[in-house]
Amino acid sequence: MNATHLKIKEYCRISNNRVLWNDKLLMEEPGSDFSTFIKLAYKKMETNYPKFFKMDDLSKLGFLAADILLKPMIRDSEISKNIALVFSNSASSLQTDRKHQESIVDRENYFPSPAVFVYTLPNICLGEISIKHRLYSENSFFIFNHFNAAYLHDYATGLIKAEKADEVLCGWINCDVEDYEAFLYLVSTEGSIAHNKEEIIKLYTSR
Amino acid sequence: MSDLKQELKEKIITQLNLEDIAIEEIADNDPLFGDGLGLDSIDALELIVMLDKDYGIKLTDPKEGKKIFESIEVMAKYIAEHRTK
Repeated sequence: MNATHLKIKEYCRISNNRVLWNDKLLMEEPGSDFSTFIKLAYKKMETNYPKFFKMDDLSKLGFLAADILLKPMIRDSEISKNIALVFSNSASSLQTDRKHQESIVDRENYFPSPAVFVYTLPNICLGEISIKHRLYSENSFFIFNHFNAAYLHDYATGLIKAEKADEVLCGWINCDVEDYEAFLYLVSTEGSIAHNKEEIIKLYTSR
Repeated sequence: MSDLKQELKEKIITQLNLEDIAIEEIADNDPLFGDGLGLDSIDALELIVMLDKDYGIKLTDPKEGKKIFESIEVMAKYIAEHRTK
């Protein structure tokens, strides 16, 4: 596999109450809080997966963005796809960690929720996506200070070159009290956008 | 008892985030797990916490939950007999 032949097949962005797929605006819901927005996005995207509502905000965000990219591919194929997942963010699962911490801080009122606790790791999001899309592939979740295009590029290229994956769903899924952002792109041998650091940064910064 | 059953249905929908299910869709004898409401193992743990927090019932053996959480009917009967708050 020649790394220069790798392409970005498609990409998806969810931020500022907007859902974009390859720069096509799929929906916009200005003024809503995250909870309302993501529920509306779930319905609009016809996600149809009741367990979605049990997920924490980070998993909802990652799951929805991944579903937009993966659903058409998986639906068209009975064969399970070897698509690796390589996600990253800066806040890890901090929002859920705080929620869990609040439930255990008072020893007199100590009722930690198992349903909250299971999401106190960011890579649980990858598990949710793998379960839904029947992926038995490589997956990794990295924590960086900022979006790290070079690392994601090299890691995805390495996975495909080493034949660990046919395609790699990469990106940034970040969720904290003040803000949320999902940017995912699919690295493949097909597509029209070159897979290199410059193009990844260009797609990430074009909002 | 019927008030308690209603209360349990409300709590289960809210606390287990059963977004697409309405109270009237849960019959008293519907199985909560498997083919019924389709609850999973994390939901079972969440119900154990709910028994402790809201009704003062501590289940020391999670396996006990299998019988207690069979349906709303069974659950309400158990709570009515064992609640401390």
